[in-house]
Amino acid sequence: MSTVKGSHILLRHRDNPALSTYEGYVKDGGFKAWKQAVTKMAPEAVVNEVFDSGLRGRGGAGFPTGLKWRFIDKNNWPHYVVVNADESEPGTFKDREIMEKNPYQFLEGVMLTAYAVNANRAYIYLRGEFWQLAAELDKQIARLRKEKHLGKKLFGKDYELELYTHLGAGAYICGEETALLESLEGKLGQPRLRPPFPPSFGLYGKPTIVNNVETLANVPLIIEKGAKWYRSFGTEKSPGTKIFSLSGRVAKPGNYELPLGTTYGELIMQHGGGILDGGKIKAIMSAGASSSLIVANDQALATPMDYESVPSLGAQLGSASIIVIDETVDLKWLVDKTVHFFKHESCGKCTPCREGTYWMQNITHRLLHGEAEQKDVDLLKDVAMNMKGKCLCALGEFATEAVVSSIERFPKDFKLKAGAKTVAGELKVTHD
Amino acid sequence: MNALQTKYGRDIQAILAKYPDDQKRSAVMPLLYVAQREGGHVSRQDLADIAEIIGTTPTEVASIVGFYTLYHDAPAGKNRMQVCNDLPCAMRGADAFLQGVCENLGIEVGGTTADGLVTVEAVMCLAACDNAPMFQVQDYENITYHENQTVESAVALVEKWRKAEAKNK
Repeated sequence: MSTVKGSHILLRHRDNPALSTYEGYVKDGGFKAWKQAVTKMAPEAVVNEVFDSGLRGRGGAGFPTGLKWRFIDKNNWPHYVVVNADESEPGTFKDREIMEKNPYQFLEGVMLTAYAVNANRAYIYLRGEFWQLAAELDKQIARLRKEKHLGKKLFGKDYELELYTHLGAGAYICGEETALLESLEGKLGQPRLRPPFPPSFGLYGKPTIVNNVETLANVPLIIEKGAKWYRSFGTEKSPGTKIFSLSGRVAKPGNYELPLGTTYGELIMQHGGGILDGGKIKAIMSAGASSSLIVANDQALATPMDYESVPSLGAQLGSASIIVIDETVDLKWLVDKTVHFFKHESCGKCTPCREGTYWMQNITHRLLHGEAEQKDVDLLKDVAMNMKGKCLCALGEFATEAVVSSIERFPKDFKLKAGAKTVAGELKVTHD
Repeated sequence: MNALQTKYGRDIQAILAKYPDDQKRSAVMPLLYVAQREGGHVSRQDLADIAEIIGTTPTEVASIVGFYTLYHDAPAGKNRMQVCNDLPCAMRGADAFLQGVCENLGIEVGGTTADGLVTVEAVMCLAACDNAPMFQVQDYENITYHENQTVESAVALVEKWRKAEAKNK
């Protein structure tokens, strides 16, 4: 049986570094779930177990994983599984640790998912920067083929499976699942109009399940230990654990795997060691650069990090990439950074996003370089509000979150002295 | 057989084998990385060669080069030092780090050293926010991460390259 210490279901390698090797993973009970599934379980039984576990997509949207699998079109073949390993959200670095340090658990999760939805091919789409990681995965996949965990007639059964890695080349938008599929088909990474959704029309127009790395890494232990065991972690509506990527102005940044429902205060003050240089916390970004800024008061710090509680703070759990902002950070500088990111990453397909990020950047530059007037703050918000709800994918929406919430919730940072121009933030900006 | 196939035939076959026979276009991204092994950028001839292999037009291939940041249509330094100065890294000194490295090398952000060995670029998030300041190095064949960096450690790396280069000459 796979060993679980505390709340480490995914980051088990921290307690047992040998898991990164094939031998170490097998010794700890690895691939038992895989063999059990292929030899003793119907694909539907695997789907049902994951459905019952209440596992929700860890890439950001939080869609119930088992339900997504049930949506796959059984009248159209072949089926594909595509893993979203395009981890590119500023503040997010969890999938990288899973794939680097606990790769076989991740791969076993991919394999179980493929079996569950009757796919014989799975592609792992990694951001291009994960070049060395992809090379390692290729070696690990070759090992699995050699050990007959992959290939034809697996365990003597009439089931075959092959896994392949595919490297992207530096485009945040490819984390959006339909843009990822376009990219994997060799086209520009631009989102598709939906519906149809990938479970009916995905890779090469065939039924496809797209899941995030962290989501799939949960699957082997759910199959091995059961849905009930999995539900002993987390809350009723948010079962399981989550890897919280903690970054920014915090003493001990890093990944922390904790039960869903752990409070922001516990993560930041206890596990994260509080604020860098003994500073004072000002704001929390709950889901990377895509999130709104939460006022970091006592109520926020006491709020559980789960799918149902975070919205009460005017934010989302999302990918749970927590960026800590302290009093040294001027939010004019911060929104210039986030807008710069989204302007760079906008794929250009939808006019409100392509043009909106451009005009927002013009204004944030004026704010930052002392060339803005008070009415520019209103203009900035106005441009953002005119982007909301008008784009094919979420990127255009995400680009406005930090802007609008900063202006609304931290008015002091955007109150310019009467008649005077802005004063640049304390932290120096070098890009343009 | 075009020039790219003559030179990298086996690698190209291995790439094409990853995708269904009627979906060769999926190979465009890995093939562009193969093309970049020569000089770190994609030439006009490469565009034509790749288009021929996957059955599309050079213009389509060029659009892929333009869309993704890790493909380059012009030569630069042998090592592209790509520093993340996105929000989380910048809150831990990445902007000052970037400036420091550039000052030490005597170039601007985006510039290349006179010996053609290093181009320093500012890039978007590289998923290493807990280990800032950090950068990746894209050379002709590889991408490697360098985390928890200081200006001194980054400059020392460049010195190491310079020594290796001098030895090879």
